[in-house]
Order: sequence, then C-alpha cells, then structure tokens
Amino acid sequence: MGKVFAFHGGIHPPENKKQSTRTPIRKAPLPKLLYLPLQQHIGMAASPLVNVGDRVLKGQMIAEPVGRISASLHAPTSGTIRSIGPHPVPHASGLESDCIVIESDGQDEWLEHKGLEDYTQLEPSALIEHIRRCGIAGMGGAGFPTDVKLHLGDDHIVNTLIINAAECEPYITADDMLMRERAHEILGGIRVISHLLKPSHIMIGIEDNKSHAIHTLESVLKGCDLNIDIRVVPTKYPSGGERQLIQLLTGLEVPSGHIPADIGIVCQNIGTTAAIYRAVHHGEPLISRIVTVTGDAVAQPQNLEALIGTPFADLLDAANVYENKLYRLVMGGPMMGVTIEHDQIPVIKTTNCIIAATIDEMPPAPPEQPCIRCNMCEQVCPVTLLPQQLYWFSKGREFDKAKHHNLFDCIECGACAYVCPSSIPLVQYYRFAKSEIRTEEAEQRKADHARERFEARQARLEREQEEKEARRKARAEEAARAQKARKSAETETTAAEPVQDINALKTAAAVARTKLKKAQKALDAARDSGEGDIPALEAAVQAAQTSSEQAQQALEKAEGAKPAAPAAVDTKQLKTAAAVARTKLKKAQKALDAARESGEGDLATLEAALKAAQESADQAQQAFEQAESGASTDAAAAGPDLKQLKTAAAVARTKLKKARDALKNAEDKGLEGLDKLRATLTTLEQKADEADKAYKDAESAAGASAAPAQAAPIDMKALKQQVSIMRTKLKKAEAALDGLEGDERTQAEQALEELRQRHAEADKAFKAAEQAQIDAAAAQGVDLKQLKIDAAMARAAVTKLERALAKTEEAQERTSIEAELVTARDKAEQLNKTLQQHEPA
Amino acid sequence: MSLIRMSSPHVYKTNTTANVMRLVLLATLPGILALTFFFGWGTLIQIVWAGALALAFEAAILKLRRRPIMFYLNDGSALVTALLLAVAIPPFAPWWVTAVGVFVAIVIAKHLYGGLGQNPFNPAMVAYALLLISFPVEMTRWTAPFVLNGEGWPVASFMDTLGAIFGSVEHVWYDSFTGATPLDELRHRSGLTTEETWRQSLVLSQGIGAWHAVSAAWFMGGIFLLYRKIITWHAPISMLLALAISATLFYGFDPDNYADPFFHLSTGATMLAAFFIITDPVSSATSNRGRIIFGASIGVLIFIIRTWGNYPDGVAFAVLLMNLAAPFIDLYSQPRSYGHSQSNKGRGGKA
Repeated sequence: MGKVFAFHGGIHPPENKKQSTRTPIRKAPLPKLLYLPLQQHIGMAASPLVNVGDRVLKGQMIAEPVGRISASLHAPTSGTIRSIGPHPVPHASGLESDCIVIESDGQDEWLEHKGLEDYTQLEPSALIEHIRRCGIAGMGGAGFPTDVKLHLGDDHIVNTLIINAAECEPYITADDMLMRERAHEILGGIRVISHLLKPSHIMIGIEDNKSHAIHTLESVLKGCDLNIDIRVVPTKYPSGGERQLIQLLTGLEVPSGHIPADIGIVCQNIGTTAAIYRAVHHGEPLISRIVTVTGDAVAQPQNLEALIGTPFADLLDAANVYENKLYRLVMGGPMMGVTIEHDQIPVIKTTNCIIAATIDEMPPAPPEQPCIRCNMCEQVCPVTLLPQQLYWFSKGREFDKAKHHNLFDCIECGACAYVCPSSIPLVQYYRFAKSEIRTEEAEQRKADHARERFEARQARLEREQEEKEARRKARAEEAARAQKARKSAETETTAAEPVQDINALKTAAAVARTKLKKAQKALDAARDSGEGDIPALEAAVQAAQTSSEQAQQALEKAEGAKPAAPAAVDTKQLKTAAAVARTKLKKAQKALDAARESGEGDLATLEAALKAAQESADQAQQAFEQAESGASTDAAAAGPDLKQLKTAAAVARTKLKKARDALKNAEDKGLEGLDKLRATLTTLEQKADEADKAYKDAESAAGASAAPAQAAPIDMKALKQQVSIMRTKLKKAEAALDGLEGDERTQAEQALEELRQRHAEADKAFKAAEQAQIDAAAAQGVDLKQLKIDAAMARAAVTKLERALAKTEEAQERTSIEAELVTARDKAEQLNKTLQQHEPA
Repeated sequence: MSLIRMSSPHVYKTNTTANVMRLVLLATLPGILALTFFFGWGTLIQIVWAGALALAFEAAILKLRRRPIMFYLNDGSALVTALLLAVAIPPFAPWWVTAVGVFVAIVIAKHLYGGLGQNPFNPAMVAYALLLISFPVEMTRWTAPFVLNGEGWPVASFMDTLGAIFGSVEHVWYDSFTGATPLDELRHRSGLTTEETWRQSLVLSQGIGAWHAVSAAWFMGGIFLLYRKIITWHAPISMLLALAISATLFYGFDPDNYADPFFHLSTGATMLAAFFIITDPVSSATSNRGRIIFGASIGVLIFIIRTWGNYPDGVAFAVLLMNLAAPFIDLYSQPRSYGHSQSNKGRGGKA
C-alpha cells in the first residue's frame, strides 16, 4: 500500500451505512411501467428510435446518442412503448423532462446479445464504440459518458487510472455491496479500461470504513498481472470527490479550470467498471444498477438491483416503506443529494441511493442566525476557500469579490453548511451567486456580441458611404474636366468672332441723338429769345448731329454684320421696334397729310419718308412675327428661369418684410442700432425692387404681352404698401420723439429726418412707378420723343442740383438739396431706363 | 404524495451559536474559580451583576431595534461579553463602573454597529478601554492576593464585598484589601533594576504565584476550547509566541531593565486575552493565515505597550488596534485554494 496524502478540511457526519449492508443485493421486482428520461447524463439528450406502440425487447436500443458527449438508451425489459413525453425526473429543479415510457409485458425477454470474443484484438475505436452503444455513463454522480473519457488517451498522456470506490457520502452502500459481491466484474472492467488507456499505474481509492469490500478486492487482485494498488483512505467526507480523491492518492491538485486528464489522471467510478465488464463480456447494455434504499422510513434498508426507469415507489415498496413516517425523500447522499417530491420519479443511471428519511432523521434546518465569523466553515472546506467570506459577498451581491475568492472552485459539497453553528444555508448562497454571475456573464456576452455587431454594421455603412463619396467625386471630376474642355472650345470660337456689342452701340447712338436734340432745343430757345451765343449753339448742334450720325452708322454697320441666326430673338424688342416703326409711319403720314393740307413743305421728301417708314414698319412687323414663332419654342425654356426669378423676388420680398419688422421692433424699443438696420432695409428694398423688376422683365420677355399689365398692379400694391408703412413709421417716430430729451432727442430728430426723407422717397418712387407704369402701358403708342425729353430734363435737373450743391455751404440747405438731388437722380435713372426699354432698335 | 423540496445538504451537525457560547462560558470556569480563590468574592459578584445588566441591555436594545428578543438572547453572546468584561474589571470596582462598561459593550460597541456578527471591535475591550480612560482610579485599584493578607484565607467576606461594590462601605475599609498588580510594580519602579524591584516588592516576591495560578487556569480553559474545536490555535499560539519572543529578545540583551518572558506570559491578562479575547471571531481576521498575523501583531503590541506605554497592561489597546487592522489583513491573507498555484491578494473586483 502506497502513501496516502491528505486534503484540507472535510467532515465526519454520521455514516448510517451499516443498516443497508446486512442483506445481500436483491433483484428489485419487475415494475409495470418504466420511465426512461432521454437525458440521464451530461451532454446532449438522446434521440428516440422507437414510436409509441412499438414492442421492444430487453436490451434493445430505444434512443441513440446525439453528438460526441451523449449516451444511448436501452429498453430495460421487454414491453410496449406507451408514450414519449414529459414526465417528472430526478433533478434538483423539480422540472419535467422527456421520457420514454415502457409498459412491461412481464416476460423480460432479452434481445439476442453476446459479448465481444476477444476485445484485445479489436481496434480501440471499435471497442470504445461498443461501449458507447451500450449507453454507459458515469455511475457515481455526474453521469459523464464513459466512452468520452476512454478516448482521452488520444490527446492526453494518461499515466494514472484512479478507480473511485471511496463512497464518502453517508447512507450509500451501493458501491460497497458491489465490491463485496461482484469484485471479479470490477476487475474485468478495470482490465478493459486499462487496455484502452494503458496507464502505468492503477489505484483504487477506498475509505477505511469498508473493510469487507477491501478484503474481497484484495483477494481478487491477488496474482493480478496489472499494476493495481488498493489505497485505503481515512473516512472523511468528501474524500470521494474526484479532485479530493486525486489529492488523497497522488498529492497532486487538478489545476482550477482543468480536467484530471490534463495532469495525466483519469478517474472512473467503480460501478462504471462493472457496467463496462458486462457490456464487453456479455454484450449487456446499461439497463440496471444497484440502488441503496435506506432511511428510517423503510423497514428493510437494503441494496436492490433495479432496472433503469423503475419508479421510486416500486423500490420503496420493495423495502417496505412506512408511508406515514416518510418526511423527506432524497436521491443520492444526504450531503449532495436532491429531494424528490414525487415517488413516480424513476431510477436513472446515476441513482445510487434513495433515502426515505423521517422528520427526526432529517429535520428542517433551524432558522438562520447571524454569521459570527467563527471560521468553522473554513476549517472544513475541502477546496480551502473562505466560505464565510463567500457568504458575505454572495449576500451583499459583491460578485466580483466572490469570484476573486474563487467562488467557482466551490464543489458545493455542503461541508461548510454542515458545521455552521448559525445554521446558514451556505451552499444555497453560493449557488445563488454562481447563477447570478453566470447570468451576468451571459448578458455581458450578449451585450458584447450586440456591440460588436453594431460596430461592424457601423463600419460597413461608413465604408459604403466613403465608397459612394469617392464615386461621386470621381464623377464630379470627370464632369468638371468635360466642362472645362467644352468651355475652352467655346471661348476659342467666341474669340474668333469679334463681339459686336450692339447694345453699347445703340446706347451710344441714343445718347448722341439726345445730345443733338438738346443742342437743337437750346438753339431753338436761343433763337426764340434772341439771346445767347447762337453761333456757338449752332456749332454744338452741328457737332452733335455729326456724332449722332456716326453713332447711328456704327450701329447700323454692326447690326448688318450681326449674324441672323444668333439674333437671339428679342421678341419684345422687335415688337417695340415694330410698334415704333408703325408710329413713325403714322407720324410720317400725318406730317404728309398736314403738308398736303397746308400745301407747304417738301411734299416729295415727305412722301419718300413715308414710304421709307412704311417699309421699315413692314420689315419690323415681319421680323417680329418671325421672332415670335421662334420665341414660342423658347417660351418653354424661359419658363423655369421665370419661376426662379419669381422665387428670388418672393425671397427678396420676404427678407425685406423681415428687415422691416426688425426695424419696426427696434424703433419701438429705442434707437440703438437703428442706422444699421435701416441700411440693411434700404439695401433689401433695393434688392427686392431689383428682383421684382428682373422678374417683371423676364415675364414680359417670355412673350406674354398681357403679363406686364398683371405684374404691374402687384408691384404698385407693394409700393403703395411701402409708402403707407413709411408713413406709419414716420408717425411712430414722431410720437417717440416727444418722449425723448437731450442727445437722444437730437439723435431721434435726425432719425426722424431720415425717415421723412425716406418716406418722401418712397412716395416719389411710388409715383414714379405709377408714371412708369403708365409709360409702359402706353409703350405701344409712346411718345418716345416726350420720353426722351423728360429723361433729358431729369438729367439736367440732376446736373443743376449738383451744381447748386457744390455752391451751397449752409448745412440745412445742403441736406435739402441733397435730398432733392437723390430724388432727381432716381427719376432720371428711371426715365433713362424706360427710355432704353422703349427705344427702337 | 407530496414531500418537501430542500436543497442539499440535508443533515446538519447539531451545533449552534448558543452551544458555542455555552462552551466558552464553561471554559472560563477555571479562571473564575482561580480569581475568586486568590482575590475574593468580588469577581463573582461582578460577573453576576454584569451578566444581569447585559441581558437587560440586550433585551432592551433588541426591542428598540424590533428584533426577536428571545431568539437573540438565547445565543448567549451577551453573557460571554459581560463575563469577559467582569473578569477584567477589578473585583472591588463600584457597581456603576460595571454598569457603564456593560452598557458601552452591549449597546454601543455591539448593537449600534448592527448586532451580533457585525461589530468591528471586540465589545468587552471597547468597554474596558473606555473605563480605563474614564475612571483610572477605580480601574487600577486591583485587589491584593490573599496570601499577602495573613494566615488562612483572609479575603473580604461576601457581604462586605457586596457592600463595597454597591457603595455602602467606606473606601478606607477596602483599601486594606487592594494593592498593585505585578505589572504595576514593575512599571512604576522608579529607577530600580528588575531584580531590585523584585526583591523589594511583596507582590512580586510573594504574591506573584496568584497571577501564575490564574493564568494557568485561563490556559486550561483555552486548551478545552481548542480541544472542542471552538477556537483554532492560530491566533492564541501566534500571540503567545510573539510576546514570548519579543520579551526574550529584550530580556536577553538587558535583563536589568526588562522582565523575563515567563513573567509576561503569566501575569496580567495575557492568557485571558490569548484564549478568550483575541479569539472573538467577529472582530478578528478571517482566515487561518490572517489569524496568525492578527495574533502575532497583538503579542508584539502588548509587549510594546507594557514596556513603554502609559498603562501597565496593553491588552485592550492592542486588541482594539488590531481589530481595526483585521479587514486589511483579510485582504492579504486569503488561503491558496485547491487547484490554484498561489493565493489571491487584494480586494478583487470593484471596491
């Protein structure tokens, strides 16, 4: 016998093993109904192979494993499948799980089966597959599929095989009885495992309270060729814990988070070895196991060989249960077992014990008292944790600290709760903390996953956006390049043709004519009055005439040179020209008539002039008609532009209104910053007017002759409004003035003055607009001459005023003159514009 | 059939807090007997008086805190606190000194911190320290052992002692029964060497046996608690060792100025502290390793306070100081768990 090490802590609860070892193992009576949970092991649940109503034979596979970690299921007796569905199963949760229910036919008829002839000749994988098909899972506690552990030799070097026969939990004697009665089966099973894993050393760990079993095993092992050691360990709970037994037998600790195979050790329960033996040598799948039925509530505590799926009630009956004394039914040992609420719950592959306890035997836990940190739990903890610290952290939900104190190394053996003088259900606290942490971690994982996905999506969207942007840029560059190329080509062509600025020439000609007329007028006036320097005036007239003629010639030349096609068909102009021509014709006619009547004048000349006028009128009419037909097609193109202009005008008006409101506001409040606002307002007003004008022009240009008439009233209305607003402002300002004194008053007076001026301006502008409208309306029959004269007069007035301004020095007069000058200039400009508009080409 | 559903484990050791406290009380018996034998009835009277007060205060504060009174009274923790305070108080201390002490221990040091299991300081030591600072005259008037008073068993009679404690007897009367303790003698020796003091002092030369005997009695009680696994060896043994080692070092270098280690171990409250006071689980460090650190630190502190401090004995202050340090010790004394190559340090996680 080798050296036995020690593990930290451990307890010595009352063993209560003697009562169930007095009689040999007895076969449990065949139950009527068997409930076979599809999941009796760790891993994936098995998948049923049978249907309801099928007849099955004993040992027939009724469910096959799914995935690597899973175990198959066999019919424990012959009979009919009654149902496949949820049924209560032995689990701490008390939940139901899918079971196959077999109604036994009482014949217990075996499927034909036989053992492997010589497993040593088989491929290891074939042997393991055979064990897997026999549905063998660990029979100690967890129910880990055995074949998986036998595969371990592939990726782990296994040098030590430990057979766990410690059976440290009180009450349980199933393994003890198995060793006493079927030691040769155990040895056979160990041989199979040894053949597969080829360990250098095999140890059977067994507690020193099973002297009978130790003796039997020793005698069986006598003369055995395998290197098997029986290691007797002191009776101390939980020496049967896998990690604790490894420490006891080897002195090694399985690192936290690793499996024993990582340090070259494989552990198998001793019951599993017997099951392997039967599977290999007799071909019997795992369909029955030894179950200790004990506790003070049964008359004959004993070990029964029960078929998997046998309801607890049948076993309790076999042991003669005292129904009235039964208080608590525990599957497994008293330290780590689970309570069963229902006696129809079946025996599964891991059911080693059923304790039918009376209330005196397992009384309800006394009420929890405060923890006094007595440290007793630490003394018994087999994992060397600080249970009381874990308790405080779990209770206080300080899970980080609990984890730091190695909560997840806790094996939930219950030793700490067992010794606690304050009756604190410590294990429950740890389970709670563990599940909370697991939930938290799962949530964390989920959140991380979601975040990753979100980030990935965000990155993808960004990438797509960038790609799009890049494509757009490329396109824009391409377009810009094309545009450039086109433009350069265009400038080349336009550069080739000398620009004939006809408009400039026209203006020059008109100016020259005006000057001529002015000069003529001055001369006439001089002649009439008989005063002034007549010769000088005559010379001026002469010079003006010359220049006018020159200008006219240049214009005619340019017009003649102008290509016909790009005569970008200014329909309006043509129309005006036609109208003018007609007017001229009429005038000429009139003049001719008058001449005829009076019998004076050069009739021949007049007639010639008339003829010429008629011709020109016809020409103009023709040109107009021609252009109009072209313009109708252009009208569509002009549409959008018109709209745009309209919008612009509207926007300008809105701005103006806003500015006005602001001004009004400011005026109401006081005088600060008024000037600025006013300047803005003026600018805006101008802009609005400009926009309006542009709009009007465009509209009339679009060829709708009725349009100007329509647009004009709108403008008039606006102007009228403006004037009225100004008046209101003026009044307000005047009112405000009364309330002010000193500097402010002077300031305000100035402002008032300004306002008055502006009011006057607005009024004038209104009147001018009115005039302009009349002019425009009369455009067809306008007295161009009159217009021209008016314009000239206005200009003259401006000049006069300018001169007067230069001469005057008195401030007040100056301002009044300035105001007048502004008005005069406006008027002159207005008239000039009108003139230009109506002047014939 | 409906059976109860319970989580494992299904069996418990029949071991309760009340049981633990009863065993502690039982273990104090030798000490109480020795004190009574050498110093008269005072100790017993103080114990009964303090115990009654403790139960009353506990019941009152539980009622105020709306806690089940009998459930908590039954755990016996108040009695243990009262008893430890009573044996530390001089046998002739007036009744009100004890009353103030018990009030501070039960109401302030224990329940105002949350009751059993929640107090960071040892309640008896909080009370003792408070009394020592507040009533130095009453608290330092220890009784002389009977051997110094003459032949036979010349202790004050039970009724006289009762009268002295509850205030019906003149001071002068019990002055004849009081005297300095060995620690006092050695502390206030005014320039004499240890040996000279020893020869000069009656208490040291003749009466020291009483203290040795009392210490031995406490030690016996401690062994009983260790045997019954109520306490672990870690804190007491490390404290005694640390004290002995400190004393040996200084005594070895300068025997004229320092007392020998045996003197330190066997006088004053050393043994009482080692087995009954620093083993108070609530206010001490948690792990075994932590308790070794905790005990050893107290041992060193006791030596320091006794030798260079203002008070002749330093148990109360040493214990309170280390109570303060216990949570910190816990952070750095986690044991190495199974399957881990080293132990975790620090608080772990967020604060």
